[in-house]
Amino acid sequence: MNPTFTDGEWHRLHPATPLLKGGIAFIAIIGFVIVQLRDELINSFFGADNDGDPLIWLRESGLFVPVLLGVLVGLLFFVGGFYLSWRMHSFRITDEVVEVRSGVLFRTNRKGRLDRIQGINISKPFIARLFGAAKLEVNVAGQDANVQLAYLGATAADELRADILRLASGTQEAAPDKAAAGSGDVIRDRVNELLAPELDPAALRAESVVTMNLGRVIGSLLLGDATVTLLLVIAGICVFAGVTDSPVFLFGVIPGAIGVVSYYARKFTRSLRYTIAGTPDGVRIGYGLLSTTNETLPPGRIHAVQVSQPLLWRIPGWWQIKVNLAGKSSTNGTANQENTTILPVGNRDDVLAVLALVLPSLAGEPLIGHGLLGEPGDGYVNSPRRAAVIRWFSWRRNGLAIADGAVLLRKGAIWRELIIVPLARVQSVALQVGWLRRRLRVATLRVHTVAGPVTPSIGAVDDATARELFQAITAAAVDHGSRDTTQRWRAHG
Amino acid sequence: MTNATIDDEAWQRVSAKYVIVDLIGYVISGLMMTAISFVPLVVARWEFGWVPPVVVGAASLVMIALTPRRVRSIGYHLRDDDLLFKRGIMWQRIVAVPYGRMQLVDINRGPIARLCGLSELKFVTAAAASGVVIPGLPEQVAEELRDTLVSLAESRRAGL
Repeated sequence: MNPTFTDGEWHRLHPATPLLKGGIAFIAIIGFVIVQLRDELINSFFGADNDGDPLIWLRESGLFVPVLLGVLVGLLFFVGGFYLSWRMHSFRITDEVVEVRSGVLFRTNRKGRLDRIQGINISKPFIARLFGAAKLEVNVAGQDANVQLAYLGATAADELRADILRLASGTQEAAPDKAAAGSGDVIRDRVNELLAPELDPAALRAESVVTMNLGRVIGSLLLGDATVTLLLVIAGICVFAGVTDSPVFLFGVIPGAIGVVSYYARKFTRSLRYTIAGTPDGVRIGYGLLSTTNETLPPGRIHAVQVSQPLLWRIPGWWQIKVNLAGKSSTNGTANQENTTILPVGNRDDVLAVLALVLPSLAGEPLIGHGLLGEPGDGYVNSPRRAAVIRWFSWRRNGLAIADGAVLLRKGAIWRELIIVPLARVQSVALQVGWLRRRLRVATLRVHTVAGPVTPSIGAVDDATARELFQAITAAAVDHGSRDTTQRWRAHG
Repeated sequence: MTNATIDDEAWQRVSAKYVIVDLIGYVISGLMMTAISFVPLVVARWEFGWVPPVVVGAASLVMIALTPRRVRSIGYHLRDDDLLFKRGIMWQRIVAVPYGRMQLVDINRGPIARLCGLSELKFVTAAAASGVVIPGLPEQVAEELRDTLVSLAESRRAGL
């Protein structure tokens, strides 16, 4: 493996790529063929009746040689095709772009600009992990605009990520010398890689700031909103079955239960080995038990942060954190929602530690603490009393504050929520007054960011205050937007 | 800053001819909705079948009657660093978009608007919710506005 992928020359992917991409299907087909042949062999040795045996039939009909040749040609064709597609698939990284060429008949050429990188994701599906391979995905903004390098050697992928981030950061620093890795013993290397922590300890400013423990992961699942809904649904069905005296309805639970179990299993395995740590090139978040993913978000790539508390998490005082990102990694497909959860569960200290990583300018800001659990006169502009008509429980908590570099929206008395939008990432600001709200002299403020699980808006702000805040937020957004240098985050040092 | 500052901005109005475009749209949709609301009366011979057409017709008439006011409520204003846009009488909405956030500007012309010589300008940011669409601009104005916005965005370029 070439240690310097970033020399601007064209490079190829890991040689096992076709096998890993075709992956399970390929192995399954081979397994099937072997099993079939074994049966044939056993049958022919022990003299079982050979009627309908295709091999015997072939030999007797004299077509054996042509068919064998056909199979061979087919196999060669496939192997050759895979080899060709691997040979034609190459990538290069220059100071400006990462570029991928692929395809045998239909050529594609994709370039991603380094200063537009939204995040770099290294994922290792279980089988690829056994081979010591990893998939590296460079996320850029836009639908289906990611540049994927699948597969690379695991260590090569880590180094490549560090190199791409170094180039993208605009720093003048030379690359650090790479430690000579690999003991020459392939099996020991593999085992070490498999057992190694998700985070490369040398590249870290600190260890993971949050440690997950089994009890908390299980507890968070049991106390989550999904469990509450599930219990309510089950209770409803039981009552219905009891009232109508027809237990048939109980079977209706089964499909739902299967879905819920798989949901729990996925959340569980993802949360268990969760790590988050700060590196000079952004926040690094690792997930996964068997298949692992590990994403680096450079500074200034987080467009909105939501700290929320499902109803029953109040008892232990846990929170979760979700973010809006402009680039979405495709690796998690259907479970994409999970990709935006940067803290699956944590207590107040964990929340503050994670927020300090993702929004360094707000570190130590008392408004964050007040945003989680507020008290009167804590710096938030609250809803007026008359807003209790449309915010029955939360009018006291509903509030907005502008800190250095971010807007904080606090809302929800039952499902507590704190939304933080960095001012440098605000796309636009809207003030909305509906018919009912005008009667109450309140307004809704919305801060528009890129699409994601977080929708920053706050209803029921006093009308005059909302107009002042609207002006203040727009002015601050323009100001921070023009001073923002996270495009090349280390250009000055 | 007080309440007055946003409302007293020197708002640019859209062309008065846009009333015609909007009116035709609402008349057509009002007629169609009213026609559909006759279905219970004609098909099912429902006793109170006259209620839906009356309600729908009245609502359509109100919408049509309010069209001039609704069009007058649309306004935009180019401030130093951002574009302000407002619309709505019952449901008011004011949006401020920093020029540097512009991803692209679209100019669209519908068939009726084209007859009146009007265009619609769409200011697109990375957030789908921004939704700044200024209808009823004379073609000349729309094109000038587009060029102004593009050059303003160019001079204040920001990342995502």
